Amino acid sequence: MKAWPSIGQMRWGWFLASAVVLLLLPVVTDTHTPTILLIWALFALSLGLMWGYAGLLSFGHSAYFGLGAYTYAIAVINIGESTAPVLLAIVIPAVVAAVIGAMMFYGRISDVYMGVITLVVTLILFKFMSATAGDQYAIGAARLGGFNGIPGFAVINIPGMPEVSLFGLPMYYIAVVSLLGCYLVSRWILARSFGRVLVGIRENEARCELLGYSVPAYKTAIFTISAAMAGLAGCLFANWAEIVTPGVFSLRSAAEVIIWTIVGGVGTLIGPVLGAMALGMVKLLLGEQTVIDNSLLLGLLLVIVVLAIPRGVVPALQGWWRGRTRFRAQRAGHRRGRPRASAPRGGSSGTSESKTSRPETTGSAHRVPQAGRS
Amino acid sequence: MSDAVVETIDLTMRFGGVTAVDRVNFALKERELRCLIGPNGAGKSTFFKCLTGQHRLSGANGRVLIRGADVVGMRPHEIVRMGVGIKTQVPSVLNGLTVMENLWLAARRAHGWTRATAEVQRVIDEVGLGDIARRTVGELAHGQRQMVEIGIVLAQDPWLILLDEPAAGITGAEVERLVTLIQQINQNASVIVVDHDMEFVRMLGARITVFYQGAVLTEGPAEQVLTDARVREVYIGNRA
Repeated sequence: MKAWPSIGQMRWGWFLASAVVLLLLPVVTDTHTPTILLIWALFALSLGLMWGYAGLLSFGHSAYFGLGAYTYAIAVINIGESTAPVLLAIVIPAVVAAVIGAMMFYGRISDVYMGVITLVVTLILFKFMSATAGDQYAIGAARLGGFNGIPGFAVINIPGMPEVSLFGLPMYYIAVVSLLGCYLVSRWILARSFGRVLVGIRENEARCELLGYSVPAYKTAIFTISAAMAGLAGCLFANWAEIVTPGVFSLRSAAEVIIWTIVGGVGTLIGPVLGAMALGMVKLLLGEQTVIDNSLLLGLLLVIVVLAIPRGVVPALQGWWRGRTRFRAQRAGHRRGRPRASAPRGGSSGTSESKTSRPETTGSAHRVPQAGRS
Repeated sequence: MSDAVVETIDLTMRFGGVTAVDRVNFALKERELRCLIGPNGAGKSTFFKCLTGQHRLSGANGRVLIRGADVVGMRPHEIVRMGVGIKTQVPSVLNGLTVMENLWLAARRAHGWTRATAEVQRVIDEVGLGDIARRTVGELAHGQRQMVEIGIVLAQDPWLILLDEPAAGITGAEVERLVTLIQQINQNASVIVVDHDMEFVRMLGARITVFYQGAVLTEGPAEQVLTDARVREVYIGNRA
């Protein structure tokens, strides 16, 4: 079985077109805002992979985003060169997630408690980091700085050349490569049997256990991978903002990524990416005015989307496109069947009509669901 | 040394003050087909779940041996990996996936990536799922989903198959097909069928174990058990 309709397949045309647009974007606009949108998109992708395909909703995914940001800042202050700090910013959140995930999943806690635990983890980190203002709260040369955070650390440099910092346009391209790379990794994961088992777990955990799969091991693994991606996003955020504050662990940060993913569409990879970019842009635009509270409008937008298109924007569009394609295929089948209707034992019979149109209809029916997911 | 492939020794399961399974000693031979019957609340499904690891056991619950290995305390996936295929009482399928995807996940674990697709095709042919192979399982009728779940079990190519109420909710013609299928499966595998449909059990023509109030009431060939006065009294009652 070459394709799995339930997880979709890689659509290289769209991917390459998106890559070209992202690569050429700096020709027409400043890179500062697009860079943060890409970083948020990567953060949402990390949650979308875990939530949409394994059915694991982390209410506190910002914990790993924040850990990535803090790890980078602390490590780069102590090490000086950015290569190891970037790797640590991916590894440390992954290790923390592996430990927390193993405790949750091998402990067989329910989804509700998982949500509570993940939320509590990020809120504990928020409270702790907010209370680290004193001089005693330092890791090596890096002072944690309490609510003011850690400012003024070195940004990413060319590996082995700490004197050549990458910011502005190079930073934008790092964000582009990170997002596209993580998207490809996610697609690759889903195309492997590991990804297919994850989808199976999302559908029916008990059955997957009765198929002989160790469900806690799979859940822990995807939780870890997702946290690693969130950590990378946090690292890039630290480089973009050039300051890390406890706000990265805040409830607001935790909620935003969930809203982006819901609005974009759970169960797709592209949905969370587009949701984060679109709502991130709205957030930035709203941030420029002081008339209406930013969070209030974002919350209102979420309520509207959930009520109007509960599956999210991308799945709704995909559903519309599939319906349209199916309708066209059926109409084409009817057109072909009409002349035969006048022939002896012709198309008046539903059976014979379906037989005449079967190769075309079947082909479309198979293609559409596969192509519909992205 | 017993020649049983499945053996329970004083298997006991209590829920609070209720003893659902009471010191049951049971043995199943290689390539034997056995039916477990009993009225509602007799303990047959609890017994089934003890065999499959769905009820977590400890040493205090007695012993469950599968091919001589004590499986008490094992998780379901560990028991399945011993070559056991399990069909649950309520169809446990992956509703959002297609029939082929369901079968593929089962075949992949048992046979590996390279052989999985061929195994899926074998099971589709064997169970007769060709017409619905590409349909989403959640869209199927109850009987079709039952057959899909049996297909999932077969895709694992198990040597021991445990079927909990496989005939529940399926129609007459499908029951006959199911009986034939189970008898075919039994050519290469030991099978335990839990069911309370007497006609279905009679059609299988297997040795029967009757559960009543958590314990084994009687055991023997179908014709003997189904005419046993005690069985008629506790199970068939005035319907006989």
